[in-house]
Amino acid sequence: MTKKTWMAGLAIATAAWGSLASAQTALTMWYHGAGNEVEAKIINQIISDFNASQKDWAVTLQSFPQAAYNDSVTAGALAGNLPDILDVDGPNMPNWAWAGYMQPLQIDESKIANFLPGPQGHWGGKLYSIGLWDAAVALVTRQSYLDELKLRTPTLDKPWTAAEFQGALDAAKASGKFKFALDLGMAWTGEWYPYAFSPFLQSFGGDIVDRTTYKTAEGALNGPDAIAFGNWWQGLFKGGYAQATQDPADRDNGFAAGQYAFSWNGNWAALNALKAFPDTLFLPAPDFGHGSKIGAASWQFGVSAKSTHPDGASKFIEFALQDKYLADFSNGIGLIPPTTTAAAMTENYKPGGPMAVFYDLTKAQALVRPVTPGYIVDAKVFEKAVADIANGADVTATLDAAVDEINADITKNNGYGQ
Amino acid sequence: MASKFVASNRTGWLMAGPAALVILSFVIIPFVFAIIFSFTNQRLVSPNPAEFTGLSNYRQLLGMSVLTLDPVKDAAGAVTMAANGTPEYPSLRSYTRNNPDYPNLEGMREWFSFSWGEARTYVLARDVVFLTAVINTFIFVILVAPLQGGIALCLALLINQRLRGINVFRAIYFMPVVVSIVVVSLLWRFIYDGDSGLLNNLLGAVSFGAIPKIDWLGNAHTALGSIIAMSIWQAVGFHMVIWLSGLQTISPTLYEAAAIEGSSSWQTFRYITWPGLRNTAILVLVVITMQAFGLFSQIDVMTKGGPLDSTQTIVFQAIQRGYGKQDISGGSAISVVLFVIVLSVSLIQRWLTREKA
Repeated sequence: MTKKTWMAGLAIATAAWGSLASAQTALTMWYHGAGNEVEAKIINQIISDFNASQKDWAVTLQSFPQAAYNDSVTAGALAGNLPDILDVDGPNMPNWAWAGYMQPLQIDESKIANFLPGPQGHWGGKLYSIGLWDAAVALVTRQSYLDELKLRTPTLDKPWTAAEFQGALDAAKASGKFKFALDLGMAWTGEWYPYAFSPFLQSFGGDIVDRTTYKTAEGALNGPDAIAFGNWWQGLFKGGYAQATQDPADRDNGFAAGQYAFSWNGNWAALNALKAFPDTLFLPAPDFGHGSKIGAASWQFGVSAKSTHPDGASKFIEFALQDKYLADFSNGIGLIPPTTTAAAMTENYKPGGPMAVFYDLTKAQALVRPVTPGYIVDAKVFEKAVADIANGADVTATLDAAVDEINADITKNNGYGQ
Repeated sequence: MASKFVASNRTGWLMAGPAALVILSFVIIPFVFAIIFSFTNQRLVSPNPAEFTGLSNYRQLLGMSVLTLDPVKDAAGAVTMAANGTPEYPSLRSYTRNNPDYPNLEGMREWFSFSWGEARTYVLARDVVFLTAVINTFIFVILVAPLQGGIALCLALLINQRLRGINVFRAIYFMPVVVSIVVVSLLWRFIYDGDSGLLNNLLGAVSFGAIPKIDWLGNAHTALGSIIAMSIWQAVGFHMVIWLSGLQTISPTLYEAAAIEGSSSWQTFRYITWPGLRNTAILVLVVITMQAFGLFSQIDVMTKGGPLDSTQTIVFQAIQRGYGKQDISGGSAISVVLFVIVLSVSLIQRWLTREKA
């Protein structure tokens, strides 16, 4: 019931923005980045450029804090008050598309042919969303640590094997120099768990759901490969290589303070690491048998299902896909530009740039999270399962329970229309 | 002609109206919806229409079964021993997953198990997390209700004195109540920090390092206890004020009479203060019980139900399922179960504290 009054407020607010534009047809847009000045500056620049570039459409922006954004979209959708353009976190897109919040983009696919796969939001064979950036995760360490521990520097072509990675952790632990050998970011509960840790599972050969049908998780999340992942994962904590509960402050500053030999962290934290240690390295994920994998897909833009001007909304999104804006976002907030041409225009990702390695990592190893409307539930189930296993729960029983919960959800939703 | 009840109560209805309207629209109607939803497969977000599914949500929530297994025996009939010297039992998984002989056990999990002679009895449940949440909530209520009420009474007795500056103490004890529970929970997360937390440093300092550092919220054995202690501290001031108001309604002449009769301070408390606080005691007990069953914010901020479900609670599960996992029907079923539990407990409390003729 509280939602209703809230929605009424939204409705009034939406109507108010609508009346602002006069000659041009008004398009409304929601964005998740309220509170971030740099982000706001870039997005406002794109909007004013677009509005000035043609006579048909005028986009107006409403920003939300990220923590409240998804709830606002759900509330807006239930009340039938979604804007024309909205942004969506990549793995959530299939859920919103399935639920009828979004419609396919009217953008010619040839326009995005040179994009990395991560920022392209396809579902049901159609392009629903497109991102102006991607994000990537790497195994962060220092050249001096590798030298001291006498470890081979892994490369994209020849990443560490599971045994080599174990050897590196053993060496780091035996050196006695570090509080923990590995910082996994256990403090970042939430989407970080499936985003950062499910690629390990996929490298072992398992997955959160069976991607061939998306009808079951049986065998994918509790098969022999997944159980091998679970045992390895539990061993990290039982063996004292990593901590199951972590102080958020340690996550933010631990590597720079020399507490950890290796840190599993994203490109957004790379500049700080480089600032602390100029010899910081960003290594590819270890290969546990089925190739090195890292997560892909970040926030993307799409058009709401209820928009009466999907053509104008798509035009705006297409306009925003220019390399200069992709480069602006990258320079402004450190994200990975989705095209090589945009990457060449950035400070950090141009060939030879300090973070160029992330561009190569995401190109070579990135795997999107399961593309299904059920992902919203799958992600929470997976998060609980890896947290429980880290805390010492029985691996097989925990994975079985996760499979049952995911399957029950798929059944309850009549297979999510797949 | 309006009936006398309506007419003579027109002003009354006018005054009660706004509150009644708010209660109707924010409590009663949503709750009726929850009852209806709990018999369907309603989702928060879905293009599929909701279907009536009968009791399946409740079956899923409360389904339980018992399985007794004999230990594995080798060819000679001797019990096989596991590495740790206990008898080895067949894997539960072979019964609860894809076993056509035991369709009723499909998808169940071990809740707990015990040995009875050679055989081992497993109590299986369809939703172990929910049952754990129910147990945790009851542990919380059973510990918090008497402890919080008792400590609040002690504090009330302490500050019910005419001393210089007593208001300072009243303010200090009451302060945690006016701070938002979310802020309090965040602060206590720092206090309980396993590494550099205030509590660990304090214990280390008073014991000269003899007490090892404990990860209070990260350890399944200490997490619920830590949250109980913090919750008692946070709300004790509120109940202290209620006790205090009760204390101040007791007529001073009774105390004077007791003093003249030469009663000890324990006798004064036992025969004058405590009987005088009877109604206050009932109020405090009922309020604490109700609040304790609603335990949510501390869990959401501090542990999210972990580690290993040691801090799962009923309300946290209801919200996590209904909103986080978009399963409104499952969340509604939990709310209805909670309603039945709270209603039964209140009825029992009423019966226990009834006026005995």
